Amino acid sequence: MNLKRVVVTGLGALTPIGKTVPEFWEGLKNGVSGAAPITRFDASLFKTQFACEVKDFDAEQYLDRKEARKMDPFTQYAMIAADEAILDSGLDLEKINLLRAGVIWGSGIGGLKTFQDEVSDFVRGDGTPRFNPFFIPKMIADISTGFISIKYGFKGPNFVTVSACASGTNALIDAFNYIRLGKADVFISGGSEAAVTEAGIGGFNAMKALSQRNDAPETASRPFDKDRDGFVLGEGAGAIILEEYEHAKARGAKIYAELVGGGMTADAHHITAPHPDGEGASNVMQLALEDAGLKPEDIDYINVHGTSTPLGDVSEVKAIQKVFGDHAYKLNISSTKSMTGHLLGAAGAIEAIASILAVQNGIVPPTINHFTDDENLDVHLNLTFNKAQKREVRAALSNTFGFGGHNCSIIFKKIAG
Amino acid sequence: MHFFAECLNKTDHNMSEIAQKVKAIIVDKLGVEESEVTPEASFTNDLGADSLDTVELIMEFEKEFNISIPDDQAEQIGTVGQAISYLEANVK
Repeated sequence: MNLKRVVVTGLGALTPIGKTVPEFWEGLKNGVSGAAPITRFDASLFKTQFACEVKDFDAEQYLDRKEARKMDPFTQYAMIAADEAILDSGLDLEKINLLRAGVIWGSGIGGLKTFQDEVSDFVRGDGTPRFNPFFIPKMIADISTGFISIKYGFKGPNFVTVSACASGTNALIDAFNYIRLGKADVFISGGSEAAVTEAGIGGFNAMKALSQRNDAPETASRPFDKDRDGFVLGEGAGAIILEEYEHAKARGAKIYAELVGGGMTADAHHITAPHPDGEGASNVMQLALEDAGLKPEDIDYINVHGTSTPLGDVSEVKAIQKVFGDHAYKLNISSTKSMTGHLLGAAGAIEAIASILAVQNGIVPPTINHFTDDENLDVHLNLTFNKAQKREVRAALSNTFGFGGHNCSIIFKKIAG
Repeated sequence: MHFFAECLNKTDHNMSEIAQKVKAIIVDKLGVEESEVTPEASFTNDLGADSLDTVELIMEFEKEFNISIPDDQAEQIGTVGQAISYLEANVK
């Protein structure tokens, strides 16, 4: 069967280090940290009192007040990023076949704030079951794609992928596959998350997953550093317009890069701990390379999952060395989570954007906050510490792994012809 | 404004307060202008409410006035005037 080619024709980002794609890219190139004390709620009793929030966010700057009120923040973020991406793509919604235009989005949790607030109200009451009629439609993760489809009239495939921190990449791979198979022409894909709430911070704290470096939040997300102590929770959204190549060419679209391959595997090992040898991670990178028809030597940059947890960072690097062999020393490797924090279900989306822009601009964003080498990691690897590096990036691979043992890898390549 | 002024004139202070609160809730929840909230205005036909908005409005009235409106009676409340009349008759 002849598979179609899939290209990236639009980008949107609402992140802790920039509320548009150009701002986000400036932040990435300059090594800006998005971490700061939590403003969304009083975190004084929590072990972790900082996060990577979207700064100075006011939904009503972007959305009608009545509309915004019916959306959990994760959906508001989705709408804002999707809008930037659609505008950026230059798609004329009057001219495309809307039945062949879909929305596949990723969210690890969905409307956590809505869930927390509604259930708290009930528990504080006298037992009378009074729930807001918007409770369920605000909370469910798939409402994000519902709202996006209503706004743009996209009537093709429409759903949300849920695989924790791999959700965004899962969404992109699904959209990629539908287009490749000829089932659709264009997708708004990506992911969003808004888990900086009492339940989110408290829940991840209980797992001992979050950094507790309260005295210096901006240096807390330090993937590969010897003294890393957990991830920094982030929030926001990334949106990517994926389009069938001939469809994009016919309308003279600007093309950022080609999406050439994706892989999906499971660790089948433990609910939260990664496989010690990074088996699921090496399998998934191998699958993505095979899917793309590329050799390890064709990859110049790996945007790692690299969340800044003691175990995860080491097993991922082991997996890279296993798959890439000697070429691992010629690659640039970086964790942009050092700047953005961990956006959970949106991580794959914004990291795909970072990878696409690295390919397009020939710049690899850094892993900031490197102070001390970790003896468990090979010092001869180029982990792009502290400063962005200029280099040709023919193809970039982005990894995301999720609680539950989900692994996804995706590869973007410089567009040829 | 005429309608609320009327409420003020013909009723005691308590009733005008109900009308004002009802109006404020409708403006807030449905995102409409105060001037649109006339007694005849239908939540669905005139003020852009869908079925979920209507349920939410009833819930807000229950919360604000600390009463419980049974479903069969809630279904009879379709306009601003009907809401105010119901609440004036039932709020103690």
